[in-house]
Amino acid sequence: MIPLSWYLSLAAALFSMGLYGVLARKNAIAILMGVELMLNAVNINLVAFWRYLTPENVAGQAFAVMVFAVAAAEVAVGLALVISIYRRRKTVSADEINLMKW
Amino acid sequence: MTVEQAVFFFTSFLILFSAFMMVTRQNLVHAALYLIVALFGVAVVFVLLDAGFLAVVQVLVYIGAIAILMIFAVMLTRGDVAREQEPVNAGFGWALMLAALFCFGLIILIGQWPAVNSQAAVLSADTNTVLDLGTALVSPDGYVIPFEVASVLLLAALIGALVVARPQKKNSGSVK
Repeated sequence: MIPLSWYLSLAAALFSMGLYGVLARKNAIAILMGVELMLNAVNINLVAFWRYLTPENVAGQAFAVMVFAVAAAEVAVGLALVISIYRRRKTVSADEINLMKW
Repeated sequence: MTVEQAVFFFTSFLILFSAFMMVTRQNLVHAALYLIVALFGVAVVFVLLDAGFLAVVQVLVYIGAIAILMIFAVMLTRGDVAREQEPVNAGFGWALMLAALFCFGLIILIGQWPAVNSQAAVLSADTNTVLDLGTALVSPDGYVIPFEVASVLLLAALIGALVVARPQKKNSGSVK
């Protein structure tokens, strides 16, 4: 049998990799991919907690479904923003999109 | 080592390896393909956790829609890729340090928590997790309001994405 800690450690490592991707990558689409990794790590945690601690209460799975919906909304709006920026400025590099940078 | 553990180790290795390749590749199409492998590994983890419905939704929504959308966006912004020399920005050392610290901190926290070695509760034979989830999502004592709010959010995101990505007219007719 697999103890809960294995799932939590896997999710922690996956979340950290997503965090690195978000913080370090230049390309805006790569940043969105990092966000997807982080959301997936959260989903693993939610489902693992549901399965191990409260299998009679489906709150964990229901929340994971909400995270799916939010991820889909986030990626649709995010990619629309990226494409719109690319049309205007011919770049998707987060370093060069500094119009609103203080 | 049981079969379950072997599958878990193999899947974890696959997920973490492809996640690592995803965040380090310069070529964004390769990164998107590694993202698909990682997402598929997460679907396998859902199967290991007896969440079959979520595994199917993971493949349908994440791989079938989100990852394909990513690949489309990469192709639509292709002109930028050739110019990009370095995939990471100047502060990537800080990002690496922060991510590593975060990972170790989380794993230490997980190790200190007493419930962490608990084993999975045995699901009785007549438990139908898909049926339970479906009932909870539409029952008034369950999650019907978050469920409906999520649908409104998706509609708002759809309209918002259309408005944001619509090509701008050069000189709109009202300015005369």
